[in-house]
Amino acid sequence: MLITNIEVLPGKRVVKHLGLVQGSTVRAKHAGRDIMASFKNIFGGELGGYTELLQESREQALQRMQEQATAIGGNAVINVRFSTSAIAAGASEILAYGTAVVVEDT
Amino acid sequence: MDVLIQLGVFLVLLALGYFFGRSAESRHYRSIREREDELRRIVVISQRLPPPSLLRHDAALVCGNVVVSVDYFKTVAAALRGLIGGNLTAYESLLDRARREAILRLQSAAAELGAEVVINLKFETSRVSGTAGRGLGSVEVLAYGTALTPRR
Repeated sequence: MLITNIEVLPGKRVVKHLGLVQGSTVRAKHAGRDIMASFKNIFGGELGGYTELLQESREQALQRMQEQATAIGGNAVINVRFSTSAIAAGASEILAYGTAVVVEDT
Repeated sequence: MDVLIQLGVFLVLLALGYFFGRSAESRHYRSIREREDELRRIVVISQRLPPPSLLRHDAALVCGNVVVSVDYFKTVAAALRGLIGGNLTAYESLLDRARREAILRLQSAAAELGAEVVINLKFETSRVSGTAGRGLGSVEVLAYGTALTPRR
């Protein structure tokens, strides 16, 4: 599946627009990691655990979006955007959305 | 007595934050500058559409993210600054570091694909913190864009 965050796919022609597809995931942080993070808030530096966690969640959101696109018969998703929101203390939602399209080689 | 203990803890935390935070920051800046020189061959632009010469390339989404944490000294410095207003230099350097690091990770993801250019770069910044409204906690910066790889 081809994914881009621009409106076109270079070298391809969009033959059909199938509409919006989205994938989201809500992840909470591990309590142990949370304690480590509060220590880090004293010393500063990168929070490797959180970086990984958010990366994984983002991949999962993209995966779900792709599944949805496949289900409606698309073979590419264009104009993808990400959005992150902290919905509750210690949990964040990651959303990926875009337009499912059918493309063919020019 | 209690007041003295509290003051002592505060000063110790402040000193720890100042020394560790500063050394972490200068180490990070050094590594950022090194890697920026290395990855300069991958051009990242925020232009939305591919330049005409790259219209035959393969496109793929690439991301880079990083979560950085403030240190205690920065939190206190920013809180004091908040009283009189003005630039929060402590947070500015933190976000600058995070953003450059995110771009670097995006560039290395693009390098793995063998890309030449990344177009339509977008940033996204969000708070990840359990500090319940006190200060900034940690911030996540995500950079994403479309990598253009020459077609084989």
